[in-house]
Amino acid sequence: MAKAQARSDKPLVLETTCLTKLFGGLTAVNEFDLSVHKGEILSLIGPNGAGKTTVFNVVTGIYTPEKGAVIFRGIPITGKKPHQIVTSGIARTFQNIRLFPDMTCLENIMAGQHCRSRAGVITSIFRFAAQRKEEKRIQEQAEFRLRQVNLSRAHGELAKNIPYGSQRMLEIARALASEPTLVVLDEPSSGLNTRETRDLMTFLQTLIAQEDITILLIEHDMNVVMGISDWVVVMDEGRKIAEGIPEDIYQNQRVIEAYLGKDDDEEY
Amino acid sequence: MELRQQNNQRRLLDFGHPQIVLIVSAFILYPFFVSDYLIDIAFFFGIYALLGLSLNIVLGEVGLFDLGHAGFYAIGAYTTAILNTRYGVPILVLLPVSAIAAGLFAYLVCSPIIHLQGDYLLIVTLGMGEIVRLALINNPFDLTGGPNGVFGIDFPSLGTWFVIDSSIKYYFLIWIVVALSIVGLTRLQQSRIGRAWNYIREDEIAAKASGVDVRSFKLLAFILGAGLAGVAGNIYASKLMCVSPESFTFWESCLMFCIVLIGGMGSIPGVIIGAAFISLFPEIFRPFAMYRMLVFGSAMILMMMFRPGGVWPRKRGAVSFTSLLSTNGREHG
Amino acid sequence: MHIFLEQLINGLTIGSFYALIALGYSMVYGILKLINFAHGDFFTLGSYLGYTVLVFGVAASTTHFGLWGGLMVAMTIAAVSLAIVGIVVERLAYRPVYPAGRLPAVVSALGASIFLQNAIMVIWGPRYQAYPSSLIPNVHLQIGDIHLSVLQLLILVLSFFLMGMLFFIVQKTTFGAAIRATALDRKTASLMGININKVIFFVFTLGPALGAMTGIMVGMYYRQISFTMGWNYGLKAFTASVLGGIGNIPGAMVGGLLLGVLEMLGAAYISTAWKDVFVFLILILVLIFRPTGILGEKVAEKV
Repeated sequence: MAKAQARSDKPLVLETTCLTKLFGGLTAVNEFDLSVHKGEILSLIGPNGAGKTTVFNVVTGIYTPEKGAVIFRGIPITGKKPHQIVTSGIARTFQNIRLFPDMTCLENIMAGQHCRSRAGVITSIFRFAAQRKEEKRIQEQAEFRLRQVNLSRAHGELAKNIPYGSQRMLEIARALASEPTLVVLDEPSSGLNTRETRDLMTFLQTLIAQEDITILLIEHDMNVVMGISDWVVVMDEGRKIAEGIPEDIYQNQRVIEAYLGKDDDEEY
Repeated sequence: MELRQQNNQRRLLDFGHPQIVLIVSAFILYPFFVSDYLIDIAFFFGIYALLGLSLNIVLGEVGLFDLGHAGFYAIGAYTTAILNTRYGVPILVLLPVSAIAAGLFAYLVCSPIIHLQGDYLLIVTLGMGEIVRLALINNPFDLTGGPNGVFGIDFPSLGTWFVIDSSIKYYFLIWIVVALSIVGLTRLQQSRIGRAWNYIREDEIAAKASGVDVRSFKLLAFILGAGLAGVAGNIYASKLMCVSPESFTFWESCLMFCIVLIGGMGSIPGVIIGAAFISLFPEIFRPFAMYRMLVFGSAMILMMMFRPGGVWPRKRGAVSFTSLLSTNGREHG
Repeated sequence: MHIFLEQLINGLTIGSFYALIALGYSMVYGILKLINFAHGDFFTLGSYLGYTVLVFGVAASTTHFGLWGGLMVAMTIAAVSLAIVGIVVERLAYRPVYPAGRLPAVVSALGASIFLQNAIMVIWGPRYQAYPSSLIPNVHLQIGDIHLSVLQLLILVLSFFLMGMLFFIVQKTTFGAAIRATALDRKTASLMGININKVIFFVFTLGPALGAMTGIMVGMYYRQISFTMGWNYGLKAFTASVLGGIGNIPGAMVGGLLLGVLEMLGAAYISTAWKDVFVFLILILVLIFRPTGILGEKVAEKV
C-alpha cells in the first residue's frame, strides 16, 4: 500500500468525476471516476466494449458527456472542442492508427505543432520574419520527435508507405510534438510484434523518465500493462470495477472473472 | 541542430529553374506575336486558371466538395457590375471590394453548412450556387437586371493615363493576377495553414485530435476561395463589359471541379494545366465543329482512366534534412 | 381550395418525374457511391428515342396498336435501348475508373454526360423537338372543381405503378435484399456471396430504363423536348434523392414527390419566379437540421 500512498502525494493531472456517456439507450460510460497523477503511467484495461475508448473520446473532446466533468490540471475542460483540449496539453493516438496517409512523415509530425504556432494568412503569404522563425521551430520540434522514435530516415516517405509498426510510432511522435502534459494512447501495442512491443515499452519508460509527461493508456497486452504501469484501472460495462498497482490487479478475483480469464486467451 | 535551406525560403522566382523562366517568358512574349482573337483565348484561359486556383483551395487543399463555386464568381462579377454602373466606382477599386464581398458571402452562407460531410456539402453548395443564379435572374430590388444582366461596365483604369482597354492589356491584367495568386498560394501551401488544410483533407478526426480547429480552417478555405473567385468575377465583368446570369450556371461550377481534378487535387501547376485543357481544348478542336464536345467528353473519361490522380499531382517529400540523416539509430519496425 | 388541389396534382405529376429519375441516381449512388451525372442525359436520350419512335413509327405502331399501344411500344423501345446504353456507359466510362476512387469517377461521369448530351445534339439537332400532338391522348376530365387531363392521370398511374414495382423488388425480394445489403456494405455483401456485378448490372439497366420512360412522359406532358433538358431534370432529381436520403430507394420516391409538390405550391403561393429558390432553400434547411435527408439513416463514424 506504500506505493499507493506515494502516488496520492503527487499532484493530480487529470480527473474525471461521475463521467457518463450514453449512445441512444446504451450507457457506454457509467459514472466513471478516474484520477491520473503527475508522472505516472496509468493503464485503463477491461474487456472489449467496456467503454475505455469512449472515456478517451470524452477526455479528448470528441464526444460530449451527458453527465460528469473532466478536470485537467485543475481546470474543467468538459465540452471543450478537441483542438482546444490539445492546446491545453492533452495529446492522443487512436486505436486504429489515424495518420495523414498522403503526407510525409515529417509533415505528419508537424501537425502536432499546429496548436503551438500562430502564423496567419497574411503573415504566411508575405513570409514575415516571425513566420519564418516559427516554421523553423516547427520543423526543429518535428525533427526532434522523429528522431526520438527512430524514424528520421523515413522523414520524406509518405506515411501510408511505412511499415505498420513505424506508423504506430509516428502517431505517438505526432502526439508528442504538441508538447503535451498528458499523452493518451489507445492500444499502442496492438498489431505490433514482440520486438516492437518491447521497444515500445522501453520507449515509454524512457519518455517518462526524461520528460515532464504523464501517460494514460488503454492496453490489451497484459505484459505491457504489468510491465510498465504504475497504476491500473479496470473497467467493465462502463464502470470502474477495480484499481490498484499491477500486482494487486493481477490477483484481483473480480478482475480475473470479468476480464483476464476469458479475454486474454482470445487476444493474439 | 542545423537545418538545410528549405523550400519555403525560396525567392519569388527561382532563376535556378530554367523551366520557370522559360514559361514566364513565353507568357510575356505570346501576346506580341498573335492576333487579338488568340490573346482573348489566352485571357479566358487565365480566368479559368484563377477560378481553378480558387476552387483548388476548397476542393484540392481541404477536400471539400464545392459544386457551387460559380455562385462566388457571380457575386464578385455582379458586385463590380452594380457598383460600377450605378455609383461609378472604378473597376480597380472594386477588385478588392468584389473579393471581400464574395468572401463575406461565403462566410455567411457556409457558416451554417460547414459541418456537412462529403456529398451532402456538395449538394448544399450546388443549391447555393443555383440560388444565386436564380436570384440574379429574378432581379431582386431591380439591381441585377434580370436575365439580361447589367450592361456598360467600365474599363479598369487609374485616372486617364492608364486605361486597360485592349485585349493585350486585359491579358496582362489577368495573368499578373494569376501569377501573384500562384506565388501567394504556393507560400500558403508551405505554411502551417496549407498543412492544416491538408490534414483536414487526409483525416478530419486526426486533424482535430492534433489540435487543428477544423471548422475555422474550413471556413477560411471557403472565404479565401470565394474571394479569389470574386477577383476573377471582377476582371471577367469588366472584360465583357456586361454580366448576365447565364455565365454563372451549374455548368461553370462543374468545369471548375474538372479543372482541379484533371490537374490533380491540391497541385498548383496541375490547376493551370487543367484550366488549359478546359479552355483551350474546345478552341483547338473547333474544326471538328459539333463533334468537338463529343471528343471533349471522351477525353475527360480517358484522362480519368489513365491519370486518375490528375495530370500533375502534387509531389510531396521534397524537404530534405541532412542533419537528421547523419544521426545514426536503428530504424523502428 | 381547388387551386391547392390542382397544384397538388400538378406537383405530384412533376414530382413523379423527379422521383423516377431520382431512383436512378439513388440506386447507383447506393451501390457505387457515385453521383451519376450522366443519368439526366439518359433521361433526355430516352425522350428523344421515344419521339423518334412515335414520329417515324406512326404507320407501324400507332395504326397497329392504337394511340395507347403506340405509346407503350415507344416506351418499351426507349426503355430497352436505354438499359443497353446504361450498361455500355457503365462498362466504358465508369468501371475502369472505380479503382481510382470517387472523385475521378465524378469527372468521368461529367465527361459521359457531355458526351451523351452532344451526341443527342449531333443526332437530333440543337433545336427543340415537339412531340406530335396527334399522337398524344388529349382528353380532359372535370371532377368537381378540379380540372384534370387523362394524360396526367395516366402519368400518375404509370409512375406509381413503376415505383411500386421497384419498391416491391427492392424491399420484398431476395435480390432486393442483396441490393440493400450491397448499398450498406459492399465488401461484406460480396463476402456473403452476393454477386456485386449482378447488382451493378441491375441498377445500370433499371435506372436508365426508368429514366427513359420518364423522358417520354415528360415529352408527352410538356410536348417540347431539348437536348439540354437532362441537366435541369437531373439537378432537380439529384436534389430530390438527397432530400429523401441519398442511396435510399423509398427516400428517392418521397424526395421526388415532395420536391414536385413543394415546387408547385411554391409557384402558386409564393411566386413562379422564386419557386426554385424556395425548393433549394428547403433542401438546404433540411440538410442543416437533418444532414442525411428525410429517410436517410444517421451513420456515426467510429473513432
